[in-house]
Amino acid sequence: MKILVCISSVPDTTARIAFEEGNTRLAKAGIQYIIGPYDDYALARAVELKETLGGTVTVLNVGQADAEPQIRKALAIGADDAVRIDAEPSDSYFVASEIAAYARDKGFDLILMGRETTDYNSGVVHGMVGEMLGIPSFSPVMELNLDGNKVLISKEIEGGKEKLETSLPVVLGCQEPIAEWKIPSMRGIMGARTKPLAVVAPSSEALTDISSYALPPAKGAVKMIPAEEAGSLIRLLQTEAKVL
Amino acid sequence: MNVLILAELADGSIKKNTQEAIFYGAQVAAQAGGSATVLAIGEALEGELARAGNFGAAKVLYVKKGENSMAYARVVTEVVKSTGATVVVAAKSALADAVLARAAAALKAGFAGNVTALPDTSAGFTVTRSIFSGKAFAQTTITTPVRLLAIKKNVIEVVPTQETASVETLTVDTSAEDGTARVVSVEKASGAVSLPEADIVVSGGRGMKGPEHWQPLLDLADALGAATACSKPVSDLDWRPHHEHVGQTGVKVAPNLYIACGISGAIQHLAGVNSSKVIVVINKDPEAPFFKAADYGIVGDVFEVLPKLTAAVKAL
Ligand SMILES: Cc1cc2nc3c(=O)[nH]c(=O)nc-3n(C[C@H](O)[C@H](O)[C@H](O)COP(=O)(O)OP(=O)(O)OC[C@H]3O[C@@H](n4cnc5c(N)ncnc54)[C@H](O)[C@@H]3O)c2cc1C
Ligand SMILES: Nc1ncnc2c1ncn2[C@@H]1O[C@H](COP(=O)(O)O)[C@@H](O)[C@H]1O
Repeated sequence: MKILVCISSVPDTTARIAFEEGNTRLAKAGIQYIIGPYDDYALARAVELKETLGGTVTVLNVGQADAEPQIRKALAIGADDAVRIDAEPSDSYFVASEIAAYARDKGFDLILMGRETTDYNSGVVHGMVGEMLGIPSFSPVMELNLDGNKVLISKEIEGGKEKLETSLPVVLGCQEPIAEWKIPSMRGIMGARTKPLAVVAPSSEALTDISSYALPPAKGAVKMIPAEEAGSLIRLLQTEAKVL
Repeated sequence: MNVLILAELADGSIKKNTQEAIFYGAQVAAQAGGSATVLAIGEALEGELARAGNFGAAKVLYVKKGENSMAYARVVTEVVKSTGATVVVAAKSALADAVLARAAAALKAGFAGNVTALPDTSAGFTVTRSIFSGKAFAQTTITTPVRLLAIKKNVIEVVPTQETASVETLTVDTSAEDGTARVVSVEKASGAVSLPEADIVVSGGRGMKGPEHWQPLLDLADALGAATACSKPVSDLDWRPHHEHVGQTGVKVAPNLYIACGISGAIQHLAGVNSSKVIVVINKDPEAPFFKAADYGIVGDVFEVLPKLTAAVKAL
């Protein structure tokens, strides 16, 4: 089993977001970066599959050098080798093209990703990579089991879930509870230092450009209603907020 | 600028979020002197598709088949080529994301997701996107001749008319895509109000104490015609199903009204609900962080407050 796991490096989910240089850049100072929370589930399932079925797990990140601690963490969790495509990942099509270009002739059986990144929340890179490689793609996947060439997945749909059977090779966007996040062991961390991490130059172009960023307007003050008069809230929602 | 809008159907009817996408698409078309065409895939009720005209579409192309995203994307790709559409719009959903993603790759077209406003076409094609789960916005210019957009809920006020659209049935050969997956089983809550589509959401957290105490919340949701949601620990504990969990790692909702019952308001929870128009927070702890993000707050015990709210709704 040859598995490719694509990980993004994103601000911690509690990070305070601010911009600098005339709102043209994220203010990175003080932000802790993490492996995308959904990508972390994909990685955990990949390592589990390798442990039960044998094979290799390669991690791939499209990002700059500051993503390397996250890549090393993925190696410490159990990936065998890593590749970093050296570029700012600002456009979904660009990221997908880079992943597809890398994966095209490597014979991966499974390409696992997260359901979406937590910075741009696009949820499209898996579908794009599937189309570029001419193989199926599914997301968001909550369960993944393999039986020879058969792939059994459970996918979240609106209001429930759907079980599907498809075949390898396939691209999946993963979410909980596909696996439990793994914490690297001391041995894993030591071993990760010497695992191969190749840095590759990008070969494609972006189809979108971000010109500026903005923060949402500040929320007005909260109006408190005494618990004894809770019922009066409903009238306010009707006449003042006009949402009923 | 001709616009193609992807319609999602539920029980044969045009979904509410799709109605907004059609209206949005028609505005984009009108802005640039083009026409708005809807592409509907699935089983539509008799007469339903003409109703796309109420939201501004001139024409509906109807492909009668299932919802395999690979086949759907093939149809979109073919139709974009045959109609010369330069903008494709869909309401954000897991299906729309999958279809737009594959179509974008096939057409080499730029994609922007979570779009929150009409495009600025004065110089190029620029849209505003919500990023960092609603914590910020990015002005994004799409530089390709065809642009694909997934729009967020509640970004434009829909003003329906009595107009109807003409409907044309199409056939597209998707035999190569149809066989890629086999549905083994589907589990779906029946009769429940759809969470991503709901105008009102009543949501419960760990303060609800346990699944056996959900009835007062369900009663309020029922009285309001609202969908129900929950915080992540609540679904992790299996008190409520996973597809109800909202937040950074769950469903992202943007209703007119979000009522949070016994939820502390962690930043990861807010990330899924901060696009709601009006937020009501009920929490017994006056220091709960959620009050800072609320429009209306009640400090009190959910089990005392909820029945009062339900009674007040019934008295309306
Ligand atoms: C990477 C990551 C992703 C996450 N993603 C999500 C996500 O998508 N969604 C999400 O929700 N969380 C998410 N979390 C978890 C999040 O950090 C919080 O732990 C969670 O939201 C807390 O849930 P809660 O408010 O239900 O519980 P608690 O924080 O335990 O709050 C319970 C609240 O109920 C109140 N209460 C208790 N009894 C009563 C009563 N009788 N009447 C009124 N009020 C009462 C308490 O005062 C308290 O404020 C994530 C965490 C991480 C690390
Ligand atoms: N820069 C990146 N490098 C590697 N994988 C990525 C990158 N960006 C996104 N992905 C993968 O694609 C998935 C979907 O991302 P997105 O479409 O950007 O929301 C993520 O969960 C990752 O698994």
